[in-house]
Amino acid sequence: MTTRDQMLANIQANQPDLRPIPTQFTFTSVFPDLTKQFIDVLTFVGGAAVIVPNYEAIKDDIRKKYPNLTNVATACPELSELADVTMNVSDPHELSGLNLAIIEGPLAVAENAAIWVDERQIPQRAVPMITQFLVIIIRQSTIVPNMHDAYKLLTVDDTGFGTFICGPSKTADIEQSLVIGAHGARSLVVYLLP
Amino acid sequence: MNKQLTLDHADAAVEFNKNEAKVDWHDETLWFVRTKRDRAVAQIPEWEQLREAASQIKNHVLSNMHDLLIQFEQNAIRNGIKVHWAADGEEHNAIIHQIIQQAGATQLVKSKSMLTEECHLNKYLIDKGIDVIDSDLGERIVQMRGEPPSHIVLPAIHLTKADVGETFHQHLGTDKGATDPQYLTEAARQHLRETFLTRKVALTGVNFAIAETGGFVVCTNEGNADMGAHLADVHIAAMGFEKVIPRAEHLGVFLRLLARSATGQPITTFSSHFHRPRSGQEMHIVIVDNGRSRQLGRPDFRNSLKCIRCAACLNTCPVYRRSGGFSYHSAVAGPIGSILAPNLDMKQNADLPFASTLCGSCSNVCPVKIDIHEQLYKWRQVLMQEGYGPTTKTVAMKAMATVLESPRLYRMAGKVGRGVLRFAPITVENGLNPWYNQRDMPEPPAESFHDWYVNQKKA
Repeated sequence: MTTRDQMLANIQANQPDLRPIPTQFTFTSVFPDLTKQFIDVLTFVGGAAVIVPNYEAIKDDIRKKYPNLTNVATACPELSELADVTMNVSDPHELSGLNLAIIEGPLAVAENAAIWVDERQIPQRAVPMITQFLVIIIRQSTIVPNMHDAYKLLTVDDTGFGTFICGPSKTADIEQSLVIGAHGARSLVVYLLP
Repeated sequence: MNKQLTLDHADAAVEFNKNEAKVDWHDETLWFVRTKRDRAVAQIPEWEQLREAASQIKNHVLSNMHDLLIQFEQNAIRNGIKVHWAADGEEHNAIIHQIIQQAGATQLVKSKSMLTEECHLNKYLIDKGIDVIDSDLGERIVQMRGEPPSHIVLPAIHLTKADVGETFHQHLGTDKGATDPQYLTEAARQHLRETFLTRKVALTGVNFAIAETGGFVVCTNEGNADMGAHLADVHIAAMGFEKVIPRAEHLGVFLRLLARSATGQPITTFSSHFHRPRSGQEMHIVIVDNGRSRQLGRPDFRNSLKCIRCAACLNTCPVYRRSGGFSYHSAVAGPIGSILAPNLDMKQNADLPFASTLCGSCSNVCPVKIDIHEQLYKWRQVLMQEGYGPTTKTVAMKAMATVLESPRLYRMAGKVGRGVLRFAPITVENGLNPWYNQRDMPEPPAESFHDWYVNQKKA
């Protein structure tokens, strides 16, 4: 008998009688203002939020926040003039010098400020982690109250990889002191379009 | 070898308690994390219903494990993931070594996986000449020091900034005496970035495996699992079989509970869903038993397999906070580890279920409602029955049973005890009496309740 078959046989012999999956496992979260809730939590976890009317305002603000920064890449056609490199590379190692990545998030969650991105927004999976600084653009209309609402809208295997991103990379492994910028991006700025 | 790891829990705790200031610091640091958890939980009005839902989903998982694993395997294979099965730690290690060899690699970058700690993967691979680097900052710190993690979520929680500064000075060449966490983290970032960019094989743990879609989720704050996996040619994910959940929508429950219970965060920075290898990449999953199917067959203890490794029970445990992770001499420390460890080796870990006050705080904070303190109590009975109780306790219990069975002996022992405490306190108030350690002996009453009762009737 293979290890697999032996393991499965042991499991079958030892598992208890079937218990049903609960029908009540999603909950409704009520927030007076989804955008405000999202921004409050994002700020709490070390990210920054900027409400903007259009892509022009984003361009202006990025130029102001990151003056003279090189190795900037974007997946937004509207912002292509900000970029001097591409994230459409065949080998992710080529992204090791990336300073700023500007991507879009199709879905965000108010209760925890998590933004979903998958391979439709990031041509290479390593982009949000390997870049020094990260910018994500979302639309306020795509903010859902909680994680249950998010999973109702998502098909997690539409692409081979997807992730919820909540704030910049961080660690508290040295004496519980919060340090922003562990391995991934050193900052996260989220622009909220109408 | 860390001295604490070779002692039983009580002796190791004595060792840890020698530095009283550090014990206080350890206690307060963990309690700080526990209070962050409380604040996060208070934000969620339906917290108790969420716990109940998680518990029920896990009950279903335990009862349908066989079919869920087959469904997961089928879908994972369809996704282009290679699935391996390992009966024990040795087989798990051998499979991983073989994958590394087939990739023609001699180096491995790892993100956090308590399963690989349980299987002692690092030592196995290093003995075979593979260079292993742990990429979680806390794990990297303890790895440099030649120590195992002392906590499942905060691996270096037993170390101060000064300890880390000294370790980095030795291994990374940071300034002598430097203790600024920002500076030290930056040094580790540069060092590990180089590692990520040069490793062909990366290993991650698995937080949740989804039967319905054949994918898995890995949660980190640092992004180290992603950096490793996305830059490597080969991604190996190691999972205990109990990590499987039925459907992706169940993640809504578990991701709301996990980080809040662990560190008080609303969610981890990255909750990454892996379903297919990227173009040109190989993806492997190793599904491990290592005693889990045995625990599944123990009705009293199978609930421990519901654990999602948040460490809330460690942070709240008055014994863990004051005895340190190493005193549990097991990959998973604290209350939940003390249930899991005797299943792995009853003799070796017979002391651990006794390392608890049974106060129930662990069960109260558990996001999947494991009856942790009740299982610890049940393990004590099993261990005593199986003859694994500590000798002194066994002898004392037998003597006590004899005394309690006979009213005459009981009254006599009471008289002797009161006499001894009053006239010769030195016979009990000395270091040989374990009850006297850290405790004052009671003031003996003038007469026993029995004598008082008899005298009352006379009067």
